[in-house]
Amino acid sequence: MDEKKPVASVRAAESVVALAFLVFGLVVVWDSRRLGAEWGSDGPQAGYFPFYVGLLVCVSSVANLLRAIGMGEKGKEAFVEWGQLRMILVVMIPTVIYVALIANPWFSMGIYAASTLFIAIFMYFLGKYTWRRIIPVSVGTMVFFFLMFEIWFKVPLPKGPLEAAFGFN
Amino acid sequence: MEEIQSLIGGFAVALSWFNVALMLAGISLGVLIGVLPGLGGANGVAILLPLTFTMAQQPGGATSAIILLSCIYWGALFGGAITSILFNIPGEPWSVATTFDGYPLAQKGRAGAALTAAFSSSFVGALVAVILITFISPVIAKFALRFGPPEFFSVYLLTFCAFVGMSKGAPFKTVAAMMSGFALAAVGIDTVTGQLRLTFDIPELLKGFDFLIAVIGLFGIGEILLTIEEGLEFKGTRAKLDMKVVIETWKELPRYWRTSVRASFVGCMMGIVPGGATPASFMSYGLAKKMSKDGELFGTGMVEGVVAPETAAHAAGTSALLPMLTLGVPGSPTAAVLLGGLLIWGLQPGPLLFTEQKDFVWGLIASMYLGNIVGLIVVLTCVPLFAAILRVPFSIIAPVILVICAIGAYTVHNSMFDVWLMVAFGVLGYVFKKLDYPMAPLVLALVLGDRAEDSFRQSMLGSGGDLSVFFANGLVGTITGLSLLLLFWPLISQGIALLRDRHGNGGK
Repeated sequence: MDEKKPVASVRAAESVVALAFLVFGLVVVWDSRRLGAEWGSDGPQAGYFPFYVGLLVCVSSVANLLRAIGMGEKGKEAFVEWGQLRMILVVMIPTVIYVALIANPWFSMGIYAASTLFIAIFMYFLGKYTWRRIIPVSVGTMVFFFLMFEIWFKVPLPKGPLEAAFGFN
Repeated sequence: MEEIQSLIGGFAVALSWFNVALMLAGISLGVLIGVLPGLGGANGVAILLPLTFTMAQQPGGATSAIILLSCIYWGALFGGAITSILFNIPGEPWSVATTFDGYPLAQKGRAGAALTAAFSSSFVGALVAVILITFISPVIAKFALRFGPPEFFSVYLLTFCAFVGMSKGAPFKTVAAMMSGFALAAVGIDTVTGQLRLTFDIPELLKGFDFLIAVIGLFGIGEILLTIEEGLEFKGTRAKLDMKVVIETWKELPRYWRTSVRASFVGCMMGIVPGGATPASFMSYGLAKKMSKDGELFGTGMVEGVVAPETAAHAAGTSALLPMLTLGVPGSPTAAVLLGGLLIWGLQPGPLLFTEQKDFVWGLIASMYLGNIVGLIVVLTCVPLFAAILRVPFSIIAPVILVICAIGAYTVHNSMFDVWLMVAFGVLGYVFKKLDYPMAPLVLALVLGDRAEDSFRQSMLGSGGDLSVFFANGLVGTITGLSLLLLFWPLISQGIALLRDRHGNGGK
């Protein structure tokens, strides 16, 4: 695959984002109408302020959409290239898995163990480090954070079976 | 000279061993945050805010907590200059103008001179702004005691109109981002009627969106994604900063006193208006270029070209705290996070702060003087150390920063949902940045949304739904008028340009 090939043009990205704003604005307007966006017997109703806020989101997103459609040469430029998108996914996918591992209904690893694993995997695949470098860095960082949050500042973070084995719950 | 007396009292508060140690820790942490990609003033302070929850509970603890957080802010402001000069990467938007002459200077082998000039002029800019805060803010606070809901709403209006009028990009993008911030702020239980707004029966949405999560996601994760897109390499110049270079540069600096005065003035003026630090640095650079006798040489590595934007950016960044303290209206995302901290610690920012929390306010102002002196010493002595951190490969720094962001998001409310929200805001931040949607108005709207809505509703209640209450007297009318002028400024300036053009053509 050509790394420099654009995935999407600036025009396409601008249009999609403007449309997303429009949908968001419409949702706000719709829910405000449901709550009542008028002048009630005891003053403005709950939806009064959000209604106009949503309306302004809609108006400005239509303006942005028109501007995106009317874009000249600049609209044809690449919003993101394949090589760039690949790098972003290489970071985003492990991040999502990492957050899922911290706590989920089936098996919660706890933030310390999941973070250690996350840093290690990142260093192994992206940094091409050997395990002799990876283990001290990843374990050392998280032991430091453990001391800082659990012991010094007494801010409890989600913990899993590993910490339980050491008697921290 | 009541202010001087209060200030001396403030120094007595700030000069305890514990607070000075916090200043040192805060500044060092702040420079580190400013230097690392993905961590900046706003999200750095947001991540560390939960650590101060217990500290602020103790008597006098709120002062220590704000000293720690504001020193992180000063540190981050100093740190931005290091990356701009050595690596041509502006750490914060207002450091962009510093790269114009700072990086060429570093390439010429004068990195030391550029850094010294940047730090010293930052210090000067901050000092001028702090002096301004010392003497002006009690006056403004006293004046603002007379404010009712319509006046407060008009000040909020001014804040938000300033963003639209001063934004460099498309005004409608600013409006869309800002209004989305207001809409997100409305999510949850309506404080007046108790009704659920925009929650769609999703239990997690009941408590609404916390702006700290938005700040960590938008500025933290978004920034990491942008950096990664550029590749994983940092290419920088080495920095050595010995006393000889520092003293030589200091001898050179007084020559640019005119630039410094101009830059401090521009910075203070623009800093009080929200979103002002970035335009202030560009404006100051432009002014210096136009008015200096070496103007043509700007961009090739002139010390004066570093002095101008750095002085203005620091003056603006510091004076952004003035409206936050006196009116409860923050001028920048970082000031907004500090304001959020005040609210969490149980302090009500605004004019009453100056009468009810004298120790806190004057302790903070005194710590601004001390913090900037400490900051100057720390950065001048530790540059090689901080630059070395930038040489740590990105494949180690990136996951550690992502972990820090996740922990920071979790600790705000001890909720995993917030961590997911942070990831979503991160993707949003990346898209926003690439398409030039401004993030600061969104964050400020999210912070001020409820308060702006309350003051709007109260004014409307008072007037029975008549919008003319915002022009009812001279004070509120002036602020509202000024807001509208700023709001339509892009149109007005276009109109003036058009008229001038036509006039010019007609003369031919």
